Amino acid sequence: MEKFTTHEGLVVPLDRANVDTDAIIPKQFLKSIKRSGFGPNAFDEWRYLDHGEPGMDNANRIKNPDFILNQQRYQGASILLVRSNFGCGSSREHAPWALQDFGFRAILGESFADIFFNNCFKNGLLPIVLPKAEIDALFLLTQSTPGFRITVDLAAQVVNRPDGHKIPFVVDAFRKECLLNGWDDIGLTLRQAEKIRAFEAQRRIEQPWLFA
Amino acid sequence: MSKTLYDKLWENHVVHTEADGTALLYIDRHLVHEVTSPQAFEGLKLAGRKPWRVSSIVATADHNTPTDHWEKGIQDPVSRQQVETLDANIHEVGALAYFPFKDKRQGIVHVIGPEQGATLPGMTVVCGDSHTSTHGAFACLAHGIGTSEVEHVLATQCLLQKKSKTMLVKIEGKVGAGVTAKDIVLALIGKIGTAGGTGYAIEFGGSAIRALSMEGRMTVCNMAIEAGARVGFVAVDETTIEYLKGRTFSPKAGDWEKATAYWRTLVSDADAPFDAVVELDASEIAPQVTWGTSPEMVAGIDANVPAPEDFNDPVKREGVARALEYMGLVPHTPINQIMIDKVFIGSCTNSRIEDLRAAATVAKGRHVAANIKLALVVPGSGLVKHQAEAEGLDKIFLAAGFEWRQPGCSMCLAMNDDRLLPGERCASTSNRNFEGRQGNGGRTHLLSPAMAVAAAIAGHFSDVRELTS
Repeated sequence: MEKFTTHEGLVVPLDRANVDTDAIIPKQFLKSIKRSGFGPNAFDEWRYLDHGEPGMDNANRIKNPDFILNQQRYQGASILLVRSNFGCGSSREHAPWALQDFGFRAILGESFADIFFNNCFKNGLLPIVLPKAEIDALFLLTQSTPGFRITVDLAAQVVNRPDGHKIPFVVDAFRKECLLNGWDDIGLTLRQAEKIRAFEAQRRIEQPWLFA
Repeated sequence: MSKTLYDKLWENHVVHTEADGTALLYIDRHLVHEVTSPQAFEGLKLAGRKPWRVSSIVATADHNTPTDHWEKGIQDPVSRQQVETLDANIHEVGALAYFPFKDKRQGIVHVIGPEQGATLPGMTVVCGDSHTSTHGAFACLAHGIGTSEVEHVLATQCLLQKKSKTMLVKIEGKVGAGVTAKDIVLALIGKIGTAGGTGYAIEFGGSAIRALSMEGRMTVCNMAIEAGARVGFVAVDETTIEYLKGRTFSPKAGDWEKATAYWRTLVSDADAPFDAVVELDASEIAPQVTWGTSPEMVAGIDANVPAPEDFNDPVKREGVARALEYMGLVPHTPINQIMIDKVFIGSCTNSRIEDLRAAATVAKGRHVAANIKLALVVPGSGLVKHQAEAEGLDKIFLAAGFEWRQPGCSMCLAMNDDRLLPGERCASTSNRNFEGRQGNGGRTHLLSPAMAVAAAIAGHFSDVRELTS
């Protein structure tokens, strides 16, 4: 997994609540058996004026000029600012894959759906929950300041605004460690292989029907 | 100290705990389908790892499979490749059971697990699909996972988890005639919102839940994720145990007594503390229909479409305005005057035998309205289809003008050819009414199977209680 320590980048505001994973990456793109290449189809139905299908040349499709990610001032954004319940709906990891492939490294919002939140951490994409007042202020600043950039410092657990305002955030210690080091979860878990084997052996005795 | 059912299920699976409380949970059952597994099998192979316990795996192809003309195979080459990749992966690693495309037991993964007795009380059940919460109906700790976690479970038989808060949803009283499990769960989501359960494990209790069949409980738990909760479950009772008797993977004679004795302990202790309690009066729930692009945008059949001005929160008001525009609806329109184009009866929410029986009861002797372009009935599995045909339900549907299809996820998410065209409006028994969910530009209204048939017959949403009373 790609490490995450600090990240400085341009912020793009996606000002709507309950953005679901069907919107982040529509189902027709889930037919791929690869992990990469989803970026051009992130937010496909909002981003393009035509209907997207796998295999299309996305460079030649007509973009929706009203959609925020298509606006000139937000080109190159790597920090996504969202409202509440972002990533609700399906468990498709294609959603964080698409956001990461698009170029995002961090998402700041009032709240996230559980499965999406969890999936982000597996991919070096950092979702950060901030109080509503801080998110409201960031929306105002981003919209009123062309080229508005912030720095996310995971080690210090703080978001640094250019005006010096610091916004602390909470992250699970274990997840933080994994991200800072770019650790592979599976490798970590396999260090407990003996414990897993012992647990399994006991379970086989107590509930043999589970091992039919 | 008294414990909730969630505490008991959790503690029974903890292998190891990190300093910050992150636990390694043992996984008993791993359900696998074609969409979210190929990258996990590939990752496993690239890392040179072997699956930990293949006898935990039950696999099927469901999301991409066509629901008609099976003799032609899967026409879409991209879909076909995904299904064939699953075939190859399971062929290579093995599984407790695999029901490939065209197998008579193939079907929606959340229908076949319980049907086969592969979902048993007290299990942890995971699948790369958010509707895995369905299995909570059997007092399982069951939830959806992403593909990285699918790989993690394949490699280690465990998942890294933080314990959730607990919520008791207590639904007391008796539902009126024509009101079903689907209406109960939609009413709940309308009350607490699609993020109301975020961070919680929901236990569904109360007399209205106890009165539900296992099929009804599965419908309720299925949509726990639509309330934001990854897991939703119901305590074990005689209904649970009765359902499991004699199923393929249920415990056999020697183990049955021991298993059921354990299962009966899978209830919350009487005075167990919950972090939150939500109460609903079942007798006040009317048949529900969603009007927007989120399952929380829902109302009773006798209500009107709301106006953005009805909401104080500016973000919510904006969301409602956008939803009404997408849905092509005018504020204050009575819901029972909204005309529809298509009807879909199916999905992991409502495609079990009881759902088809309820739908057929309303359809019997009636006919789909002239303005309906397509009315689909898609059974949840080959075995459900077989059972329905044995009961003559297929003939009732066909006589009423419905199409009777092969099992699969179908138009719930439109990964196969069953889909809405832009602007088409659908009465659907599925679980998500998001923009484009049933096809680019399509407009989805969620409701129960009986209400879907009532809408098909009237050509617009209609109160099933007036048809059946």
